[in-house]
Amino acid sequence: MIILKNLTLSDGSIQDIRIDAGQIVEIGRIADSGTDCTDLIGLAGFVDPHTHLREPGFEASETVLSGSKAAAAGGYTAICAMANTEPVADNSTVIERVYDLGIEAGLCFVQPIGAVTKGLKGLELANIQDMSRSRAKVAMFSDDGMCVHDENLMRQALLEVKKFGGVVAQHAQEPSLTIGAQMNQGAVATELGLTGWPAIAEEQIIARDAQLAEETGSRLHICHLTTGGGVEVVRWAKAKGIQITAEVTPHHLLLTEDLVRTYDPVYKVNPPLRTTDDNRALLAGLVDGTIDMLGTDHAPHSGEKKDCEWENAAFGMIGLESAASILHQVLIQSGAGDWTLFENIISKRPSKLTGLNNHGSIKVGAQANITLFNPHERIGVAEMNQSKSSNNPYLGLEFIGRVQHTIYQGQFTMIDQSVRDQK
Amino acid sequence: MSNRAVLDGPDILRALRRISHEILEANEGPENLVILGIPTRGVELAKRIVEILEAIEPNQIIEFGILDITMYRDDLVNAEREILETSLPISGIDNKVVVLVDDVLFSGRTVRAALDALTGYGRPKQVKLAVLVDRGHRELPIRPDFVGKNLPTSVSERVSVQLLGSDGIDQVVISG
Amino acid sequence: MKHLISVRDLTKDSAVALLDSAQQLSQVNQRTVKSLPALRGKTVVNLFYENSTRTRISFEIAAKRLSADVINFDAQASSTSKGESLKDTAQTLEALGAAAIIVRHPMSGAAHALANRGWVSASIINAGDGRHEHPTQALLDALTIRQLKFSGSDLTGVKVLIVGDLEHSRVARSNILLLSLLGAAVSVAGPAELVPEGIAAMGAKVYKSFDEALAEQPDVVMMLRVQLERMQKNEAFTTRDYIKNWSLDQTRLAQLGKETVIMHPGPMNRGLEISNQAANDPRSAVLRQVENGLAVRMAVLHRVLSGEVTN
Repeated sequence: MIILKNLTLSDGSIQDIRIDAGQIVEIGRIADSGTDCTDLIGLAGFVDPHTHLREPGFEASETVLSGSKAAAAGGYTAICAMANTEPVADNSTVIERVYDLGIEAGLCFVQPIGAVTKGLKGLELANIQDMSRSRAKVAMFSDDGMCVHDENLMRQALLEVKKFGGVVAQHAQEPSLTIGAQMNQGAVATELGLTGWPAIAEEQIIARDAQLAEETGSRLHICHLTTGGGVEVVRWAKAKGIQITAEVTPHHLLLTEDLVRTYDPVYKVNPPLRTTDDNRALLAGLVDGTIDMLGTDHAPHSGEKKDCEWENAAFGMIGLESAASILHQVLIQSGAGDWTLFENIISKRPSKLTGLNNHGSIKVGAQANITLFNPHERIGVAEMNQSKSSNNPYLGLEFIGRVQHTIYQGQFTMIDQSVRDQK
Repeated sequence: MSNRAVLDGPDILRALRRISHEILEANEGPENLVILGIPTRGVELAKRIVEILEAIEPNQIIEFGILDITMYRDDLVNAEREILETSLPISGIDNKVVVLVDDVLFSGRTVRAALDALTGYGRPKQVKLAVLVDRGHRELPIRPDFVGKNLPTSVSERVSVQLLGSDGIDQVVISG
Repeated sequence: MKHLISVRDLTKDSAVALLDSAQQLSQVNQRTVKSLPALRGKTVVNLFYENSTRTRISFEIAAKRLSADVINFDAQASSTSKGESLKDTAQTLEALGAAAIIVRHPMSGAAHALANRGWVSASIINAGDGRHEHPTQALLDALTIRQLKFSGSDLTGVKVLIVGDLEHSRVARSNILLLSLLGAAVSVAGPAELVPEGIAAMGAKVYKSFDEALAEQPDVVMMLRVQLERMQKNEAFTTRDYIKNWSLDQTRLAQLGKETVIMHPGPMNRGLEISNQAANDPRSAVLRQVENGLAVRMAVLHRVLSGEVTN
């Protein structure tokens, strides 16, 4: 049994919580003593709709276990694992393998995401029904890393997931406009001599897919939105009543393309870092609800894939351990939003997206998935060390606000900033 | 750290006059002479010597030049140096009597570099060396032909020659 | 100055100082004894991942004039998955005693990575990286312009027009940055699809046509090489259209002022971006550029290998 004392919920009320047998059994004032949570914010356990765990296939970069540790350290109680493993998670065998590895690690709920097309090749639909019926009950499908750019395939995928109320998560990137793209298109790319990735390549796919979602009456999720124009398109689609949701990454809220001037591949990510104007538009979209949630796009890479020339380097940066601190900085510290919105963005909405009903709220009778956030203490990159990879772009930065405890299924997975070992 | 001036303006002028007379005497006249200054202070000293020589021998034009030795130094890594101008008389230095002029003679490495540099430009009949101050502590078998003043110093001391053109005052200071 | 990667590494003063040094060193070419002992005992490596006989030879002669030992290492550009990585190659060369590595690489930022990622402690000189920069070319161009058009130390007021494929040109990028740093008024002109977004932000005025730009009476016209191998992949490109709109042909040659300087980084495609007449014109400074390249590279080698200023 765990008793949390004097924590502040997102609505501002100060409560005690009693957890027993993995469930929240009491919220209110409790006479018994317990873990003192004075000045800590108690939030529904964080849910990441977009993580790369690299297992099977690239275990040198990350495993389900190491990724789960990073998740626990970042306050996450559920993470959705993208399908671009080797072999690709385009069938129930791989899906169930990842699912089981998650249970084995036991530090957070690992929900595998199924590939939309076989081998992520964009040529032929994967067996979506089979994956949805697997033990992992996959509801979200994505070719993330690749865009499902064939209209007909995308339309078929939307129709397939509609049969069971699933969702297609699109990596919006028109390939013909981004051949060899290395960074945001514009003056910086021109000076650095790197091939640009134009905003239109994202905006155009979002617009097309929104129309397909409307026509099919199915659900569409947009991964890692990066452009002000993209936010506009999503806003338009939502106004039309299209079933569309969108996520933004911490790095696209905080970092800009100017970092590429260092040619340090730690800043190489797809879609690329953009401009300060885009940062602002993304935050505004997050605040007004156009963008629903935060997705980390945690993308670990082993050293040699980053310790090379920019153009030879892999795309991606890790982010599970820093996400909440960054959201705290851009949303709470800036005054743009409150804790209710914070909780919606990092837990409630992503749990709804993928049907993770055990996550997303703190209420009596629910599974006890709770994150206690300390908004006063600082955290630096050196302390973010659970991932097997170190492609962390926040080197040299320090954030105010960090996760103090994480509780998953009624057990501490992180207690006093220290991650518990595998159960 | 203490500073003491060991030569003042009139001392320097006297030294340069004496050096000029000695040059003429050793050369048995002003013919065939080229006075080459080693940057930076050596250039101004060389110019003054030329002026004095021309005052003594009004009918004679004394040839003057600048010899930059940056690219001939053997202490490359110690400091980032500007490559300065080298300008020699149009008629060259072959078969001339070249007098190298520098402010302070110390280890001898600058003069070594200058001798090395000269070989790139031609083959003088004779090379002589004039310095305002000889402070000893030679590391190479080099000796001056004309000396303004011998100054016994310790290795840790610093001798700096200041001249009107570059420093606004004529004096030689020992510090350390 | 430990490395020379980008014109952005230079200040106006340090650029002028390099030009001054190069000006002094250019006289060595006229001497009977052309070598200087400055880099005696130092090993300099030409690490070339792209064919460029001219630049490589220029660096090689420059290093030899300074009495350095020169090693030419012709490497094939390789990704991390196949062959030896740039990091391993550079570390190997340093283990063999390289004090300076002159690198030419098809990827933008490769020289920057060598200099800044902690792989090696040798001095790195960028001899062209992808479409990014070619700083010694810009310095030799600046020296050439200064010799022909200006008596001062910088290029204040000189009007320079750069024409051609700006998108793929590292020469253009370095020149825009350096010439404007030195006070020149830089303008560019080229086919719309080869004028990259935001090039004006680097300090160049953009003209939509060659003739419009020529009407402004530039003091210097710098023609960029058409990279045919690249152009032929572009379906919209035709040699005929290019010559019509962007070649320094006889008609345009006739419009140039008596004192206008014609420049080209070489190798020239005679009859394409530059007519035979323009290439042979007495106003052409092409050979002077080559000669100045030697002096500039001597100055740069000496500068990067002669340690930091100590105060």
